[in-house]
Amino acid sequence: MTQTSPSAGAPGAAPAALPASIDETVSLLARGDYVADRSLSTALYLALKLGRPLFLEGEAGVGKTEIAKVLAKALGRDLIRLQCYEGLDVGSAVYEWNYLRQMVEIRVAEAAGGADRETLASDIFQDRFLIRRPLLQALEPHAGGAPVLLIDELDRTDEPFEAYLLEVLSDFQVTIPELGTVKAEKPPIVIVTSNRTREIHDALKRRCFYYWVDYPNALRELDILKVKAPGAPEALSRQVVGFVQELRKLDLFKQPGVAETIDWTHALVQLDQLSLDPETVNNTLGVLLKYQDDIARIQGSEANRILTQIKSELAAHGAV
Amino acid sequence: MDGDSQKDGPQDGGKLVANIMHFARALRMAGLPIGPGKVLDAIAAVRAVGMGRRDDFYWALHAVFVNRQDQRDIFDQAFHVFWRNPRLLERMMQLVLPQLQLDQPQPDAAEMNRRLAEALMQGNEAVLADEADEEKLEIDAAFTASDKEMLQSMDFEKMSGDEVRQAQSMLRRLVLPIAEMRTRRFAPSSAGGAVDLRATLRGALRSGGDVIPLELKKRRTRPPALIILCDISGSMSRYSRMLLHFMHALTNDRDRVHTFLFGTRLTNVTRYLRKRDVDEALSKVGEAVGDWSGGTRIGACIEGFNRLWSRRVLGQGAVVLLITDGLDRDAGDGVAEEVERLRRSCQRLIWLNPLLRFDGFAPKSLGVRAILPHVDEFRPVHNLESLGALAEALSRPETRRGAGMASWLRRMEEVA
Repeated sequence: MTQTSPSAGAPGAAPAALPASIDETVSLLARGDYVADRSLSTALYLALKLGRPLFLEGEAGVGKTEIAKVLAKALGRDLIRLQCYEGLDVGSAVYEWNYLRQMVEIRVAEAAGGADRETLASDIFQDRFLIRRPLLQALEPHAGGAPVLLIDELDRTDEPFEAYLLEVLSDFQVTIPELGTVKAEKPPIVIVTSNRTREIHDALKRRCFYYWVDYPNALRELDILKVKAPGAPEALSRQVVGFVQELRKLDLFKQPGVAETIDWTHALVQLDQLSLDPETVNNTLGVLLKYQDDIARIQGSEANRILTQIKSELAAHGAV
Repeated sequence: MDGDSQKDGPQDGGKLVANIMHFARALRMAGLPIGPGKVLDAIAAVRAVGMGRRDDFYWALHAVFVNRQDQRDIFDQAFHVFWRNPRLLERMMQLVLPQLQLDQPQPDAAEMNRRLAEALMQGNEAVLADEADEEKLEIDAAFTASDKEMLQSMDFEKMSGDEVRQAQSMLRRLVLPIAEMRTRRFAPSSAGGAVDLRATLRGALRSGGDVIPLELKKRRTRPPALIILCDISGSMSRYSRMLLHFMHALTNDRDRVHTFLFGTRLTNVTRYLRKRDVDEALSKVGEAVGDWSGGTRIGACIEGFNRLWSRRVLGQGAVVLLITDGLDRDAGDGVAEEVERLRRSCQRLIWLNPLLRFDGFAPKSLGVRAILPHVDEFRPVHNLESLGALAEALSRPETRRGAGMASWLRRMEEVA
């Protein structure tokens, strides 16, 4: 799920209060067009209530990042996103000094004459030379209440950065040697996601509530399609969900995620399809499967088999 | 964390707290990493969600106690064994939450319930404990068969003291200096590299801004991840002991080493090999692996690795050591495809084959013929000297992938 629906929430509305129960959490996510399991809502509610980060793990395309986006929108909070990559360091995650302006400042002080070391030192490490990166931004006061901090794909960073996060996530403070410690008055709502390209250290996970975001079952996936691809005919949606669910049972190298289901439905709608037929499936399989081996395996007879199977199953349930 | 969720002590929820503690202990015994902090978290979490619904209770505990996907099954089973009796929860609710008792119409009934509940619960605890024990015994029983198998085929204690000492001193000296990779992180450098503005400015202040000495930085390097896939089937058993020492030495020599053993199935033994003490590590490995000295299903095992592990451990330019003699029970079925995929997902695939010690080795078997075209390097690994040679070969600067393989491929053609 990568796209946010324009109808979701009310942009610019007054910040909503945090949900007071699991049921409210469910409806909060529903308001943001996110169809969530009750189990996910429980984990999220706990994270909000007890002020801990929520650690979401799962395959690519199951909607982990979307949760943070929806949460920010539904609560009327700012969303601050830290996209992780290998080599991410404090300079690009927390803060950086604006060196060029500082250099200029030094030159100007020199030109004016009489700048002694002490005043120079205190002058050039001032707030106005500070470039705030996502983590620092998240700790500062925000008009609409504490922001939602999304630390996306944490598994892509290296261990040193992960270790750095330990302090930030447990105490919600960072230390800038020249200015002192910045501590959040209200801790941000933190969502951490990981695609599990490597294991995250237990020390970090220990500070978070954990939830494994799984592929949805057929019923929920159908609900998601209704929300995310409202233009698709009901019969087509059912077939798409049936097909995708069937694919996930096979031993594929990369199973299609919810994002792929939605993309595929959009693609089929664009092609004016009212129902699935073997030729269209074969032609559009690339939207669903992202490995050539998988495509080669499914294309043709296997796709036909699944198609016949789901059509007969749907017919048996009286929903063609 | 909300202060109020913790400060009201155990007097109102003593039973629940105790049960959560027991539950946590059960999970810890089942191998989940749960410390006292987690128990406090769990209690706070359960208080936060309330005791209204069983599934809320389940997912609240889940969010706290589980932090890896593969722990979900253990948690699920433990939960259903431990909290099996749904009435148990109901009764506990009455103990935990005083306001619920106020809601009850007849105080007598509430009082009765309470006593009854306490009595029942103590009984239940005993029963639950028994059940948990039984459950454990069953699980243990399931593993005994493979334990025996291991003891017959893999008796580490029999290794002679001499053998151990010789191997260890040899392996200790063996460093595997794989050509390092540049990372995206910087380290200060005295000569060459980019200008580090941050350090430069701080340095400038030290001298009062009159002169600005440039500080430099350079990209750091680190060794790439090393993945070892080692065959421990019957035909490899005479090399297994030494290879395990080799893998243990490597694992303790550096970080980012992941070790997998395979025969008929794939086992990740990385965590066991990290133990410093070699005997402890190897006996743990012995317990963990269920298919010592059996058949080999290279294709299926590498397929399993590709599907479950390759994306998790092969990122960041990994080098793979595949240790096998290539003798395959499935007669090379599916091996070529899987090895090819393996090669495409790593930076370098090195095949170590003990059979290469024989001068007349010819790539005849189906397994060998399936693997050979897809590896970057093909080396012997039958004694410590060959391992030394391997170290030497790995420290060479990076060559084109599969550069030295032409002669082998030619020989394969000839045999065919």
